[in-house]
Amino acid sequence: MTQAPPLDPAVSAGESGTRRIEPRRPRRSHGDRAFAGVAHIVLVVWTLAVVLPLLWTVYSSFKTSREILTSPFSMPSEWNLDNFITAWTEAGIGRYFVNTLIVVGGALFLVMLLGAMCAYVLARFEFPGRRIIYYGMIAGLTFPIFLAVVPLFFVLMNMGLRGTYIGLILAYVGFALPFTVFFLYAFFRQLPEEIAEAAAIDGAGDFRTFFQIMVPLATPGLMSVTIFNFLGLWNQYLLPVVLNTDEDKYVLAQGLKSLQAQQGYESDWGAMFASVTITILPVLIVYVIFQRQLQGGLGPSTDK
Amino acid sequence: MSLPTTTLAGPSDAPHAPRVRRGRRPAPSRLLFFAVFLGLPLLVYIVFVVSPFLQAFYYSLTDWKGVSGNADFIGLDNYVRIFTDPVYLKALRNNLLLMIILPTVTITLAFVLAVMVTIGGDTKGEIHGIRGSNIYRVVSFFPYVLPAVVIGILFAFIYSPNGGLLNGLLNLPLRLLNALGADVRLVGTAWLGDPRFALGAIILAVVWSLVGFYMVLFVAAIKAIPSEIIEAARLDGCGRVRLAAQVVLPQIRENVSTAVVYMGIMALDMFVYVSVMTPSGGTARSTEVVSRYLYETAFARSQFGLASAMGVVLALVTMLMAVIVLFGSRSKEDA
Repeated sequence: MTQAPPLDPAVSAGESGTRRIEPRRPRRSHGDRAFAGVAHIVLVVWTLAVVLPLLWTVYSSFKTSREILTSPFSMPSEWNLDNFITAWTEAGIGRYFVNTLIVVGGALFLVMLLGAMCAYVLARFEFPGRRIIYYGMIAGLTFPIFLAVVPLFFVLMNMGLRGTYIGLILAYVGFALPFTVFFLYAFFRQLPEEIAEAAAIDGAGDFRTFFQIMVPLATPGLMSVTIFNFLGLWNQYLLPVVLNTDEDKYVLAQGLKSLQAQQGYESDWGAMFASVTITILPVLIVYVIFQRQLQGGLGPSTDK
Repeated sequence: MSLPTTTLAGPSDAPHAPRVRRGRRPAPSRLLFFAVFLGLPLLVYIVFVVSPFLQAFYYSLTDWKGVSGNADFIGLDNYVRIFTDPVYLKALRNNLLLMIILPTVTITLAFVLAVMVTIGGDTKGEIHGIRGSNIYRVVSFFPYVLPAVVIGILFAFIYSPNGGLLNGLLNLPLRLLNALGADVRLVGTAWLGDPRFALGAIILAVVWSLVGFYMVLFVAAIKAIPSEIIEAARLDGCGRVRLAAQVVLPQIRENVSTAVVYMGIMALDMFVYVSVMTPSGGTARSTEVVSRYLYETAFARSQFGLASAMGVVLALVTMLMAVIVLFGSRSKEDA
């Protein structure tokens, strides 16, 4: 894994002698070529290690259960969508998919709205208690969910919200707020103050200033935080497992897990592979479209 | 679940702190604005996050067994009980082991790959990565967007003794040998069922899914290093390995320590991976972790007080780890 190229005495010694600027692309030294070779091999091996399991899953989802169990590499005898149809209808992936859209969609909208509002007030107004609220919010980034789930289960039950979409959505929103506020705070902080002042002079109230001026200005920030929140909420598992116990309301993650748990006796491996493929494909499409924003949203300086 | 940042900036760090004009009573419309904009988010946050979190500390001191039962205050009895429970100790030990191994392996691998795609190119001329670096980056990041449940199920397929990909790959050369007349036994290991391999197999799956994310994070950080620093080191005859370890690494130290904290938090949780790949904590509890045992204690055995104590201990370990890493990495330069 760690390749140790020689320290290139030739390159470093030769470099100091010839200080002129070469207009063309410099000739590559042996060391460079050797290093590039090793680096390419490592990176290609890694890329294959990432891609192969995914490809294998996709093409296995066309095989019958027997074909899957006999050999991992054999080609499907027939390329048809039977497994996908079984997965979507009989295994209930279709229903889980719709449930997930409702819960993740609702939570995403709410957390972005509430998070943006909260971050805006914290970033642009000075008032007593601002620091305490900000740090109290950020501290939430380190709260482990597994510690909160037991009491949360009873909080929702006492409110009559256990096993409802709205209860699950509110729990999602609560746990996604610290992250959202933390990032949007920085975005609202950067916006020039003059614009808000101009709006105030023109007679815009606080609400209008926020929705008609600040939100449009912060759109790039809102976009990347939305994408990351989507991934985070889509990935939630412990919260739905504990709070969303009604099988008709299962989200995709729960549905897949319960399908897998049934594998022991029913063993429709084809449908199982197809279910996983159905889950992977939409994310793959979203990823290909947004991969620039996703990677650009990372790190401090990439959006300069 | 979320995206790491470079550092935690305080609220007063921004250059121009906008202020509400002082010395005037806020107008009623502004009070309404505050009530809606600050009140609503805080209400959700306090009811669904802060209060359950605080309640857990209290419940850990009671023998609470659910709605109908009374919660009697029993002091530290729950803590005494979990620290004499061999399963809990095993789970805690596994979590601590994961806390050491997972960040080390993932971050080392991510750093090496990030260095290759950023400054792995020619040592002369402009600093650039090796060719095709973009493709490598885009492909390796992809597993990060898959839900952890999917990763768990995917790897359960891969490790399966019946038609799994791993045994299939291992058997390819063996089958070839057998075809040539040798008599080698094929590999039929149930990787997740065997206590010797199960935890390692889970670690591999987690590393697989997260390396790309940290690699992209490090790539962004490395690109933000002023190029003069790297060029100067090169003119001084600094080779690639030394450049990576002694010039690049110190420059992105803060990103690395944030990454360590995030990986550490994840390693101390692991609920999804363990409960999907080894549903009952593995053969002989070989892959048991605290979060899964906690879930079982609370929701299968209704011992909510005891489960809360398990969580409190782990939460304290998590925070201790975060504080040690963040302050430990800071003091080296600032002290």
